[in-house]
Amino acid sequence: MARTATDLVTRLKRVDLWLPKVVVAPSFALSLFFVYGFIAWTVYISFTKSRVMPRYEFAGLIQYIRLWETPRWYVALENLVIFGVLFMAFCMAIGILLAIMLDQRIRAEGVLRTIYLYPMALSFIVTGTAWKWILNPTLGIEKLMHDMGWESFQFDWLVDREMAIYTIVIASVWQSSGYVMALFLAGLRSIDDEIIKAAAVDGAGPIRTYVGIILPMLRPVFLSAFITLMHLAIKSYDLVVALTAGGPGIATDVPATFMYSYAFQRSELGLAAASAVMMLITIMAVVVPYLYSELRAGRK
Amino acid sequence: MSARQVHGIVRPKSAAATFLRLLLFAVLGLFVLYYLMPLIVMAITAVKPLDEIRTGTLLSLPKDVTFEPTLRAWDSACVGVRCEGLKPYVWNSIAMVIPAVVFSTLLGAINGYALTKWRFRGADVIFGLMLFGAFIPFQVVLLPMARTLGVLGLAGTVPGLVLVHTVYGLAFTTLFFRNFFVGVADGIVQAAKVDGAGFFGIFFRIVLPMAPPAIVVTVIWQFTQIWNDFLFGIAFTVGDSNPVTVALNNLVASSTGVKEYNVDMAAAIIAAIPTLIVYVFAGKYFIRGLSAGAVKG
Repeated sequence: MARTATDLVTRLKRVDLWLPKVVVAPSFALSLFFVYGFIAWTVYISFTKSRVMPRYEFAGLIQYIRLWETPRWYVALENLVIFGVLFMAFCMAIGILLAIMLDQRIRAEGVLRTIYLYPMALSFIVTGTAWKWILNPTLGIEKLMHDMGWESFQFDWLVDREMAIYTIVIASVWQSSGYVMALFLAGLRSIDDEIIKAAAVDGAGPIRTYVGIILPMLRPVFLSAFITLMHLAIKSYDLVVALTAGGPGIATDVPATFMYSYAFQRSELGLAAASAVMMLITIMAVVVPYLYSELRAGRK
Repeated sequence: MSARQVHGIVRPKSAAATFLRLLLFAVLGLFVLYYLMPLIVMAITAVKPLDEIRTGTLLSLPKDVTFEPTLRAWDSACVGVRCEGLKPYVWNSIAMVIPAVVFSTLLGAINGYALTKWRFRGADVIFGLMLFGAFIPFQVVLLPMARTLGVLGLAGTVPGLVLVHTVYGLAFTTLFFRNFFVGVADGIVQAAKVDGAGFFGIFFRIVLPMAPPAIVVTVIWQFTQIWNDFLFGIAFTVGDSNPVTVALNNLVASSTGVKEYNVDMAAAIIAAIPTLIVYVFAGKYFIRGLSAGAVKG
């Protein structure tokens, strides 16, 4: 009797040795297939002559050569640089400013924080729809200014080839700057009050305290905000589609819309795959070192 | 002394400080207007008749408040050739989001538990490899996924989208639960093991009852992400199976007939309401999800 009981216990223990692996296995297998397998698959397509249908003979770098000879790809890259730099700069500036201001023990902080962050809960399609209406060249903000007496006011960036990319910056900064605020506010709250008091005793003014002492302590927050924003910028697809649909013409094409258009509308599978791989490489160049160092630090 | 505590490092009781304080509130107030303006414009436009939209401005209040545009957006506006409003697509989104959130959250919970409380060899590597999936640009999986869904017979269907969202949500849900369970003392689990409790016994009777905060954060995060998704929706569904974001975009982009801006805005509000409600009632958890999304090991 006693023996069977110990047997049961050891058997249970043995079951518990492999059960954790068994329950993680399906998810891990899904990741291997749908993430790593699919990446390998896309990389492979990018090395073939696939057009309308996938063709699986190896054709070397031909699609990459074609990609880098496509003028539209350069339009997309240039737009990504303009959009990405402005988007990150404005989000950071507004987010940090708001976080520092909210850190001044404001009575209505909770309400303000909620208002600053709510756009983050919206779909980019909703954001795009709203801003498309606000920036409408005839009935939108232009008409509002005319009716307020500023007759010469002109605002038609949405249909201006040169300026349309900036409307995407406007709408995306509106949506994402609150996120940076939330990150930095959490960072500011984690800083020991004693440091702030010591700085005040030393006679450092509020601006010097923040710029010289507190912000440099928030380097990890800068890093994770930067990574997230860059990631958002490179992936951005929805907002461009909803706001400008890549237009006028291809004036606001970005790599994500370029890839979609070549994959699903122009049936250039190989070229589309090559552009997707370029996007992946760009993100990986930043994310892999970051993840590696984060995970290593977490293990210590 | 107490005054300084109340006002942080901006010291009160000098004219300059009072001025700074006023400036602070003025700037904060301006930003409130900046963030609220699009929502207000949407709401005002959605209840205005078309002629008032043409004669008035973005911010002029409606003289005749009408809910006809809202009804049209819900029930009868044309999305492509189908004139049933957003209603069928909202149902598609609901049919997509509920199973996808449930599956990905359950898998994430059990993964997070197994990876932290039963740390087997290679657990960290497996976690690292899975986490990577949270960072890929999804453009890189679109073509193989389209083919795979075709092979599975799920192309252009809502169940196909459920699969896609479950699979690509795993990295996030596993991350959330892992980070939560790391903070749960190992001692409790060890004691239960000594008492003879097994893997699932400890999970259901001890760990899961402690996990509601992590569950709420994960469910809200997944719900918001999946409801708001557009890329997978447009790539893997057709017409009748479109989620609401795709239908909204089609409705707004359609160029036939008179442009009904009020219907567009009402439709945008309909698409936004579920995530807005979640945000208003559970904003605290939403913020936690956002900051967990900025990965910590």
